[in-house]
Amino acid sequence: MTVSTVKNVLFSVLFLTISFVGFAKEETENPEKEKFDAKEMIMHHVKDAHEFHVIDINDKAVSIPLPIILYTDNGLVTFMSNEFHHDDSGHHVVEKDGMKFVKLHEKIYQLNGNAHAVEFDAEHHPTNASTPWDLSITRNVFMMWVSAIVLLLIFVTAARTYKKSEGNVPTGIAGFVEPLIVFVRDDIARPMIGEHKYKKYMPYLLTIFFFIWINNIFGLIPILNGANLSGNIAFTMVLALFTFIITTVSGNKNYWKHIFWMPGVPVPMKLFLMPIELIGIFTKPISLMIRLFANITAGHIIILALMSLIFIFETVLIAPVSVAFSLFITVIEIVVTAIQAYIFTILSALYFGMATEEEHH
Amino acid sequence: MTITGIAAIGAGLAAIGAGVGIGKIGGSAMEAMARQPEMHGKIQTSALILAAFVEAVALFGVVVALLQG
Repeated sequence: MTVSTVKNVLFSVLFLTISFVGFAKEETENPEKEKFDAKEMIMHHVKDAHEFHVIDINDKAVSIPLPIILYTDNGLVTFMSNEFHHDDSGHHVVEKDGMKFVKLHEKIYQLNGNAHAVEFDAEHHPTNASTPWDLSITRNVFMMWVSAIVLLLIFVTAARTYKKSEGNVPTGIAGFVEPLIVFVRDDIARPMIGEHKYKKYMPYLLTIFFFIWINNIFGLIPILNGANLSGNIAFTMVLALFTFIITTVSGNKNYWKHIFWMPGVPVPMKLFLMPIELIGIFTKPISLMIRLFANITAGHIIILALMSLIFIFETVLIAPVSVAFSLFITVIEIVVTAIQAYIFTILSALYFGMATEEEHH
Repeated sequence: MTITGIAAIGAGLAAIGAGVGIGKIGGSAMEAMARQPEMHGKIQTSALILAAFVEAVALFGVVVALLQG
């Protein structure tokens, strides 16, 4: 632990405190809100959105508009999300190509005929509107591209420094990246998959490790206002689906034999184990999906819930307690960002190792 | 009691289960590391993986509570 490391840690802690105080101010500057609804505020931060809301200054929302792409019955419709004027209650109607759209709780409805607002029946189906296919570049998609670009910048720069340096000595950013890559290779891929086969899976394992990690970190940066990408179940589902496909495709004879006809146990047991093992093929990626989603979402909810204590009790006296606690949870969450990326990667490697394991004699 | 209240109790019960499970893993891992410090790295890796498995079950409870709450 050098002096510079300590300094870095202190600076990041300081940065986080300042950012959270800024967030708290953002809420107090809206006193005309008759009742503070913690659940609504938290869900708004955790869910995906059609615009990138950065901050409120003097009750005016500062946000980055993102393109909305809708596939309606009359073809593709595109416009920018600032045409809704930050309205999420379904009152502001946007007219495009003779069709009328409203946004209600981050869902876009296409109004029929002369309707001005969406109406719902008892089962919460819209009665006077249809829901077009929403292919918008939402906040999560935007953040995914940002993190992909950041990762590319880091790794392309790191790769270039090896060309320049003599004797393959890592310099600059490569000095930071190389230990992590060696860690993934020596502590994740080699012991879990085995010495002979791990190389084939290294690109995938490195990709998910760094992609999940950087998205977890971006989710914790308050000014990005909870771009909660790795806490989005669709995102984690796709990652788990990749692991599932690679496991299933690379499964050898021994793997399938352990699923359909478990060696070394009596026949009634073989019959009993077969359905369990078959279900196991699917529960493994599903648990990967839910673990990452629930961990990151729960972390965001806890931090935001602690901050909303101030507005629930409506006193400044609780503020030191809730700031201290949310700072504490944030520090834990910084550790969790790395641990969850590690767990996802090591479990994927474990499943690949199970799929490619040779029969023991 | 509303369904939200029951969901909150369920989330609490899930947390108790995960707490007991991870506590046992942590305790045993600590003991094992104290006995065999040279196995430190391997024990830590397995302890983390096992904790992830225990935690996943608790998180299923949390997700159900979220959907209900």
